[in-house]
Amino acid sequence: MDVLKIATAGSVDDGKSTLIGRLLYDTKSLTTDKLEAIEKKSKANGFDYLDFSLATDGLVAEREQGITIDVAHIYFSTAKKSYIIADTPGHVEYTRNMVTGASTSQASIILVDARKGVVEQTYRHFFINDLLRVEDIVVAVNKMDLVDYNEEAFNKIVSDFGALTQKQQFKAQRITFVPISALKGDNVVNASTEMPWYDGETLLEHLEQLNPSQVEEVGARFPVQTVIRPKQDQYHDFRGYAGKVSGGALAVGDAVTVLPSGRNSVIKDILFYNASFTKVDAGNSCTITLEDDVNVSRGDILVKSAQAPSLTKELQATVCWMDNNALVPGTKYLVQQGTAQILGKVKSINSVVHTDFSGVDATDKLVLNDIGKVTIQLSKQVLNDQFLDNKQTGSFILIDTQSHATAGVGFIGS
Amino acid sequence: MDTTTQPITDTKATLALNPLESEAVYIFREVVAQFDRPVLLFSGGKDSITLVRLAQKAFFPAKIPFPLLHIDTGHNFPETIAFRDKLVKELGLELIVRNVQDAIDEGRVIEETGKYASRNMLQTTTLLDALEEFKFDAAIGGARRDEEKARAKERIFSVRDDFGQWDEKNQRPELFNFLNGNIDHGQNVRVFPISNWTELDVWSYIASEKIEIPSIYFAHQRKTFLRDGMLWSAQDDVVFRAEDEEVVEHTVRFRTVGDMSCTAAVLSTADTIEKVVGEIRTSTISERGARIDDKRSEAAMEKRKQQGYF
Repeated sequence: MDVLKIATAGSVDDGKSTLIGRLLYDTKSLTTDKLEAIEKKSKANGFDYLDFSLATDGLVAEREQGITIDVAHIYFSTAKKSYIIADTPGHVEYTRNMVTGASTSQASIILVDARKGVVEQTYRHFFINDLLRVEDIVVAVNKMDLVDYNEEAFNKIVSDFGALTQKQQFKAQRITFVPISALKGDNVVNASTEMPWYDGETLLEHLEQLNPSQVEEVGARFPVQTVIRPKQDQYHDFRGYAGKVSGGALAVGDAVTVLPSGRNSVIKDILFYNASFTKVDAGNSCTITLEDDVNVSRGDILVKSAQAPSLTKELQATVCWMDNNALVPGTKYLVQQGTAQILGKVKSINSVVHTDFSGVDATDKLVLNDIGKVTIQLSKQVLNDQFLDNKQTGSFILIDTQSHATAGVGFIGS
Repeated sequence: MDTTTQPITDTKATLALNPLESEAVYIFREVVAQFDRPVLLFSGGKDSITLVRLAQKAFFPAKIPFPLLHIDTGHNFPETIAFRDKLVKELGLELIVRNVQDAIDEGRVIEETGKYASRNMLQTTTLLDALEEFKFDAAIGGARRDEEKARAKERIFSVRDDFGQWDEKNQRPELFNFLNGNIDHGQNVRVFPISNWTELDVWSYIASEKIEIPSIYFAHQRKTFLRDGMLWSAQDDVVFRAEDEEVVEHTVRFRTVGDMSCTAAVLSTADTIEKVVGEIRTSTISERGARIDDKRSEAAMEKRKQQGYF
């Protein structure tokens, strides 16, 4: 069955938890015991409605403060699809968690409060989804019940968004607008009777027919995770390269180049468990053997020779900073691209980007939750894949050499 | 049979896996590449059995390149232990067993008393001791994010400090499919390859892969008694039963298999894997609804995890 990964984005009190709760409730995904627990706790907290945030805010600190601190993963399924929702925090100070949630999602639901319209946070959410190349965006205009289900309020938000989409980089992104009331259940799973002027799909109907990954990555890439060498008689000479195909497809007989060494060979076999295949598509884990005994190890990337990218020792990238220590020029980090970890040095920080699409400012440092343009020098060559061309090899993380923390994420491209 | 001796067959088709399977295999390979001493935490339950199959797939035709570790509470279902030993023998795996009873005998942990006494909490000490004894730096577990709300917050690579503690408010961001396993000496990482699977995904996978599981997962006759709306096994001496708690035989199965002292049975006639899948699909009760230890408080799981529970 298809799995659709979705991230939610919305400001505090825009109703993210209520929407997720509503989705679970109306698709009958909340089990009796969990529902009872929510009812009991809602009552104990003095609410006269079901507080669905209790289903998603899993940490004591979250329930104490009534806010979402970290990403929670919520699961439900219909007859057609399995859904994984990354419920990400809406607070400005948790931008890094929003980026985290959106990075693994194929679709995003951006909530907008019908009363407030497009606000600064909406710009930020949309900016991050554009930067991260999320394929499908659903703008859920929530709390329609509080504006008397007024068509004009909805249309105003749709047209305000038009100004944003003109500035987006990821042109293949599809954007859909749905007027909803998560609290009352209008147009979430069931069609609303309050908005006869809206003849589109409900939110769930829309999600059901989404078919992401229609965006072709440029070139097949196969980052090698580990080398499989069974120490047994039967497979004495077996030498397989284990990995997961990022973008494109690979087939037996394809001429491939091992990067960064540049050695060439041909795919002899594509294996998974005890079966052999002629072709493997993007997103699949497999083990590849080559015709020649070339040197391949973890960190190397196999590419189709005809689609080989250029290599570079200097990356231009947009970086989202996620660490409490600021990013300053001269600092060394481990740069991980694919499965390779290479020592790199921040050569310069060129600018900090405004997430409202209003441009950039000159700066010499990035602090927690900043997004900026950075130049990084590397000790070895890496692929110069642009993030707009390949999501997997066009991105990297920066690992702090002291704390080992994942301190930032980078998107290659100037 | 040791599956690594199987020949590779040619299917002449395009490889297109279930995305969850592809992701789990990817995670297993990252563990083996990034850590010196990984171990798979094996309880004999359906989730850890699924992990074993996924690990086989990840490294075929080589053997699974790490041992299994069973933290034995001493209160396991005998069917589970028999199954464990058979599986390990058939696949030629290395099994390490560490017993909670030893920690009790040494006075390192104190056994709970009373009606709700359970050894589930006591496992943490034995687990942390075993990780230290063998210098394991990555412990792979079958926890899923759909099980419980504190688990929904957990990363796939979850860093634990010297004391095995989980710092839930300061987790490493996990972006795209980057799994950062860089740690200090003494720290370890808990790894959850089936984080994104649901209970139904696991059962469907067991059905489609025809994976063998212990018989207690299927409907059978069992002596039980009713407490707090749940059916407890009265077949063994493990669960304390008061005199007024009457023993009745029922057709039941277990939906989750943990320590016997905290795992209740459910009334069921599902005696095949297909029927089990059908039952889970239509169930209105969550899996952990039958785990008494989760009901101790709103934050029971979060507290246990902070202390090093897996």
